[in-house]
Amino acid sequence: MMSRSIIPEVVAAQPWQMLIPLFGLISLGAAVLYSAAGGHLHPYALSHVIRFGVFLVMAIVISRMSRNFFRMAAYPIYGGIVALLVLVELIGAVGGGSQRWLNLGFMTLQPSELMKPAIVLVLARFYETLPPPMTGSWRGLVPAGVLIGIPAGLVVLQPDLGTALAICFGGAVTMFLAGLPLWWFLSAGAAAIIAIPVAFFTLLHDYQRNRVLTFLDPESDPLGTGYHITQSKIAIGSGGVFGKGFGNGTQSHLQYLPEAHTDFVFATMAEEWGFVGGLFVLFVFGVLLNWGMNVARNSPDRFSSLLAAGMAATVFFYVAINLMMVMGLAPVVGIPLPFMSHGGTSMLTNMICVGIMMAVNRWNQRPATFS
Amino acid sequence: MKISFRRLLPQIHTTSATLRNSFDRRSLVVGSVQGGIGMLLAARMGYLAVFENEKYKLEAESNRVNLSLIPPRRGWILDRHGTPLASNHADFRVDAIPARMKNVEQEIAAVEQLLQLDAVQRQDLEDKIDKARGFAAVEVASGLEWERFAAVSVRLPDLPGIVTQRGFSRYYPNGPSVAHLIGYVGPASAEEYQKDHDPLLITPGYKVGKDGLEKVFEKELRGKPGARRVEVTASGRIVRELETREDTPGQSIKLTIDGGLQDYAARRIGLQSAAVVVIDCQTGGILALCSMPAFDPNSFADGIGRLEWKMLNEDDHIPLLNKALRGLYPPGSTMKPMAALAFQLHGVSPDERVNCPGGYRLGRRFFRCDAVHGSVDMRSAIERSCNTYFWSMVHRVGYDTIAPVARLLGLGQEFDIPVAQQRYGTIPDAAWKMRRYHQEWTAADSLNASIGQGYVSVSPFQMAVMTSRIASGHNLQPSLLYGQPKPFGPALPFTPEQLAVVHDGMFNVVNGSGTGRGSRIDINGVLMAGKTGTAQVRRMISRGHVADWKSRDHSHFICYAPTDSPRYAMSVVVEHGGFGASAAAPIAKDVMTYLFDPGKAWDTLLAMEKGWGGTAQERLDARYRQYVAQYGVGAPKVSAEEEIEKARKAQDAEPASNATQAPAEPGSRQEAVGGEAAGAPGGADAGGEASTANGQAASATSGGNP
Repeated sequence: MMSRSIIPEVVAAQPWQMLIPLFGLISLGAAVLYSAAGGHLHPYALSHVIRFGVFLVMAIVISRMSRNFFRMAAYPIYGGIVALLVLVELIGAVGGGSQRWLNLGFMTLQPSELMKPAIVLVLARFYETLPPPMTGSWRGLVPAGVLIGIPAGLVVLQPDLGTALAICFGGAVTMFLAGLPLWWFLSAGAAAIIAIPVAFFTLLHDYQRNRVLTFLDPESDPLGTGYHITQSKIAIGSGGVFGKGFGNGTQSHLQYLPEAHTDFVFATMAEEWGFVGGLFVLFVFGVLLNWGMNVARNSPDRFSSLLAAGMAATVFFYVAINLMMVMGLAPVVGIPLPFMSHGGTSMLTNMICVGIMMAVNRWNQRPATFS
Repeated sequence: MKISFRRLLPQIHTTSATLRNSFDRRSLVVGSVQGGIGMLLAARMGYLAVFENEKYKLEAESNRVNLSLIPPRRGWILDRHGTPLASNHADFRVDAIPARMKNVEQEIAAVEQLLQLDAVQRQDLEDKIDKARGFAAVEVASGLEWERFAAVSVRLPDLPGIVTQRGFSRYYPNGPSVAHLIGYVGPASAEEYQKDHDPLLITPGYKVGKDGLEKVFEKELRGKPGARRVEVTASGRIVRELETREDTPGQSIKLTIDGGLQDYAARRIGLQSAAVVVIDCQTGGILALCSMPAFDPNSFADGIGRLEWKMLNEDDHIPLLNKALRGLYPPGSTMKPMAALAFQLHGVSPDERVNCPGGYRLGRRFFRCDAVHGSVDMRSAIERSCNTYFWSMVHRVGYDTIAPVARLLGLGQEFDIPVAQQRYGTIPDAAWKMRRYHQEWTAADSLNASIGQGYVSVSPFQMAVMTSRIASGHNLQPSLLYGQPKPFGPALPFTPEQLAVVHDGMFNVVNGSGTGRGSRIDINGVLMAGKTGTAQVRRMISRGHVADWKSRDHSHFICYAPTDSPRYAMSVVVEHGGFGASAAAPIAKDVMTYLFDPGKAWDTLLAMEKGWGGTAQERLDARYRQYVAQYGVGAPKVSAEEEIEKARKAQDAEPASNATQAPAEPGSRQEAVGGEAAGAPGGADAGGEASTANGQAASATSGGNP
């Protein structure tokens, strides 16, 4: 990197080509939240930046950990989070009514969020230890399926379809990269196409079914459930190329846009910053994910590469589903946009993913030290 | 995917190296898919923000800006002195638009509680909500105190579809006195909106004219709405006003009506069911056009509630019928001055004398007069209302001489005045009877018709026009708009001498020894001339006061004053009032007194009103309170507006002509011999119309007359 004599080694070793665009995205996110709060740092913008700072430190700490520690901790972490998911279910059953949160006193913890990176971690560990010849046999599939199925099932029960899908997606991408036979995925895809209509009418809750129906035809109920999508498209479309200007968004300020600071923060941004702002956001995510995939490709061992690629896939899932939702390409599922939406849990999960990718990056720079 | 077909087969030799190889290729695939979705998102966003930018800009704008119409202030209706008969006053109001509500029942319940509506008001409101269609606004309350208005205003974010505003309400200072003349206003009905797709009609707080002049002059009174562009949040809260265009108030309408006279006459009617019409003998301007009892036009503006409807519908005095224009009555002896003119035109000398032995024999039948008048000439026949004189004269010159003169003087005619409805009534003749009943005109018919009985039916308004033409000798055309008098029609064919005979007769009715002498006035030398009339409702019932109100005679009086140069002509009809001299003439006397000495007239009236339980407005209010106490919410649900509309349509559909006047039992006409009453039981439907909203019909049949 730069001259090592001036810059401390710890600083110089950081992946600045990814971090600097990320800081830009965080700043843009803070600006949008500042505007969404009517030109005030409170309650969104300041806490957004502070959380990022805190979780960045956490990510750096994660990145300092050794590969062996991750290997060792993979199953215990996974088991611990599954236990927390069961606990959430139990508390929900006892308290009457479902819940997603555990109140720890000083903060509320959503175990299903933590499961997103954890599932990638445990599968990377599983496929590392699986003897290569078994990859194409049932022994490469069934244990992994169980590892995904348990948390996904618990999360669906909460009910939180979006997070369950995210867990499945992260797991499936990891399995795909682990080299499982392609025809398994093709047949699974075919089975899903058949199963989705069945599941739609049997498994989904009414509100979930409504969201899907509304997505298919938002104008059918412009003041009811189609309202979110319609208003979001109006916000994005009315922004034009350069937007209405900072602080001039009417859709967000006059409360036409629902969840303007969380799930629909991209629409809030697009209204004021326009197409240009949107391209910047896509660019930063492109840089981040591209960097993540390169880290995965550059890592010499199976565990690290699966881990980094799986983390990138998890972040990608957030970004893709959220942006498709706000642009009217996917049904409304409560998934926030990483690094821009206001919310601690999503920031925590995404920074864990970033931290793990940074860790793999660090291992890549000194392959000789470990393994 | 760049996967060779071989790899689809089960692998036996999978090693770390092949897995590494597979990872590299598959990670490229994953990266490409991610990049592809990124491109798709960029393209989608470009499509929304660049290609569809105009469309969404417009939608964002229509979200943000709310254009609301400001209902225009309705034009005032003024009397001849410029005093308002209908004006507007500023008030606080709350409206509801059911189509915009999330939960109608819940919101209405909340508003009812905030406004502290009582059970009857709640019921009326819920009726209106049930009936509301589309985006039409329903008035929840108007004329609110600030506290209650504010209580609703602060809760607006929780009450979508509720609109509060400071607006103007129609106000009729004289209340029921002008109800039939001016009409009333109300929210536009669905039919009215279909006819006239002005968005103003569904603007909360806007009212259209529903009856009377309010309806006839709707276009002139309406004005142009203002508009307010405001920036609103999604929940409807107004952030700031962008632009406001003031409303243009409607034109005001100035009438020939004398507001004080109108109010006085209406109140003087008191507990009777009556009509009073006063016409200016110089211009033909209508000074008063009263029909009482009436409804309260102020309380009709928010719709007609169940109890209001029940109360009006159960009143046998038919408060919903404008008797002055639409009530038809046999005029009785008030026809006699007109008949006297007709006789003179056909060569009858006013000095010719006829002996009245107490009746007139026609073939085997004897038509009885009210008294044995002895020898009478034309003047004294009018003065003492001797039927025998008119019977014998009509028998000689023929009834065909009378009918054209009756029409010439306005009976059976419709006039070019801007009122919602008039009725022709009937001036019968041989051709009419053949057309209507396919029967020959008989000599008995002539006798009946000559004294205003039998088939004859006229409206109080026509009687007033007739009086004004007889009094002035001019072919006056009645007019209602101030400053726009109608030119006289073709000159009347009477010589001053011929008119003088009739004037003398009418003078003596009041000032001599005639039938109306009890109602003589003398205000600084101003004297009144008149003619009484009594039209019998039921045959074979003794004259005068009988217990059953509905069976009593109609009481008529026509008059003018001053006698030397007539200025005012008046007709008074009191339904079932008994003798013309006993009910109608005293009202006429006081109303005429008002025109020359208002102070004295008020003294008389205020003393009377103490005995009646207050003014017309106060009695109406008291009666409503009594209904509330008695029936509460138990009154049946009706749609009064629709009922009235239905009745009105039915009337309009009728050929508005003589044909509607059907004697009840035409067959019995030949049998009336020597009875007390002169005429046959021809029943002119006096209260008019079985089809009126009330469904009541006061039937006036034959009658004699003092």
